[in-house]
Amino acid sequence: MTERIPGAPQVPAIVARDFSFWYGERKTLHEVSLTFSRRAVTAIIGPSGCGKSTFLRCINRMNDLVPDTRTAGELEVEGRPVYSRTLDLVAHRQRVGMVFQRPNPFPKSIYQNIAYGPALNALALKRDLPEIVERCLRRAALWDEVKDRLHESALGLSGGQQQRLCIARALANEPTVLLMDEPCSALDPIATQRIEELILELKQDYTIVIVTHNMQQAARVADRTGFFDAGRLVEMGETNQIFTAPKHERTEAYITGRFG
Amino acid sequence: MGNPSTPPDLRSDASSGSLVGSARGDALFKWLLIAAACTIPALLLALLYELSSGAWPALSKFGLEFIVSGTWDPVAGIFGAWPAIFGTLLTSLLALAMAVPLSLGVAIYLTEFAPVAIRRPVATVIELLAAIPSVVYGLWGIFVLIPFLTTSIFPWLEANLGFLPIFRGPIYGPSVLAASLILTVMIVPFIMSVSREVLLAVPSGQREAALALGATRWEAVSTAIVPYAKSGIIGAVILGLGRALGETMAVTMLIGNRHEVAASLFAPGYSMAAVIANEFADAAGGPIHESALIYMALLLFAVTVVVNAAARLLIWRVSKGRGGR
Repeated sequence: MTERIPGAPQVPAIVARDFSFWYGERKTLHEVSLTFSRRAVTAIIGPSGCGKSTFLRCINRMNDLVPDTRTAGELEVEGRPVYSRTLDLVAHRQRVGMVFQRPNPFPKSIYQNIAYGPALNALALKRDLPEIVERCLRRAALWDEVKDRLHESALGLSGGQQQRLCIARALANEPTVLLMDEPCSALDPIATQRIEELILELKQDYTIVIVTHNMQQAARVADRTGFFDAGRLVEMGETNQIFTAPKHERTEAYITGRFG
Repeated sequence: MGNPSTPPDLRSDASSGSLVGSARGDALFKWLLIAAACTIPALLLALLYELSSGAWPALSKFGLEFIVSGTWDPVAGIFGAWPAIFGTLLTSLLALAMAVPLSLGVAIYLTEFAPVAIRRPVATVIELLAAIPSVVYGLWGIFVLIPFLTTSIFPWLEANLGFLPIFRGPIYGPSVLAASLILTVMIVPFIMSVSREVLLAVPSGQREAALALGATRWEAVSTAIVPYAKSGIIGAVILGLGRALGETMAVTMLIGNRHEVAASLFAPGYSMAAVIANEFADAAGGPIHESALIYMALLLFAVTVVVNAAARLLIWRVSKGRGGR
């Protein structure tokens, strides 16, 4: 299912061309053009309200929940136009997993949380579910902590464990892309570190886009970083370059903490 | 504090006066609150005592036989409450069976699917149904609902489902089914409005988690949102049941008021509240008749307490199953 093209690693997984977005009359994204590489971590940074989360939530069309929005330009995931009328939204969201700012496990057992996606999308036979649950929990580095209480409520886990559970739950859908909307902002430093290690581990198989407020985090985990300001992509490049030699004055002001 | 040589009644020091005043105010306020908190349990106990002592003559004469016996004969002084108990439970459960799907459907539609512009207005209109006095429902039932039922719905049910004993027999109009239908209309606003609040309180993260995993809107509702709101929805249903059990006026006007347990829903019946309301004013059977009615009230009280306690237990178990939080 993942299109693995060893000879062409630079084929981007996600492409935006002059992509704009409106909430009602308010234009919150202005002609954003960028690409996200396959099997790499791309961070999106920027001050509050710059449109970075809005952009992320366009990729899996989570913004559809908000009434009265519209888009212009192009946004493609693995070559499929995201805002096409013919897009199978359910299949699209299965391919593009998402991890939210606050851990949001269902008030069900740990097992049921992981099995939710595969069961819903009929990706697996019921008898294969235990194996999928184990594989995803191992992948999310949570298995050893929960293997003895798979059938207990997921809400009994700590915040960091809940967030790793949410990552495992997304992985169970066999996505190719993983969107992370400030996944560590509700976590303590140790839990944050574990999630970051996990992100580095997962990028071998997934295209990861992470929105973060935390510039150190972007510097630690991202291969490439994009800086958004006032709904525009100001600059995007190798993470090193963005943090050490930003081309744009506004980027420099932000990363040196002069605003934001 | 002020100068110790100053006599207390002449103290004019504003700051010390207000200090003492506020401490006194605190104590006064505390006792007022304690008194307020004690009033309700005290009233409940007084009510229970009053009911028990009033019911005592009937209680000692008929014992628990009162609950299972079907004879209600004020002239002979023999009383059995079973037809009324049965009528109360049957009409309430029937009303619940019809009202729950309807209210939940409306609540889910209004919180998840309806255009934003109509959500509040429609909810408000439905909530207004709760403000209509029950005697008005009764009148509407007699003049509109019953004629409609006897001319179209009941004959249709008899023609098509008449093989079931519950839809067979003479059609009078006032009946168990008519009372259940009016109860349904009366409890829908309660169940709908509470479930709607509960559904609105489900964190958006739950909805988003389901949708982001590839759930359709309906799957998100049925697998994530409703399960999350489960205990609150059960609470809403219990609230509706409590209303239905105690509803007096509209049921009295529509149920037909006959002490009888009939298989057919077209047949008249009775409910506990209706018996009390109808017969208390002129309890022709003398003191024992009056005592039997109080005994009936005590039973109604017991039924509602048991139902509510069972509901609390259910909610507690459901929310415990969810763990944490």
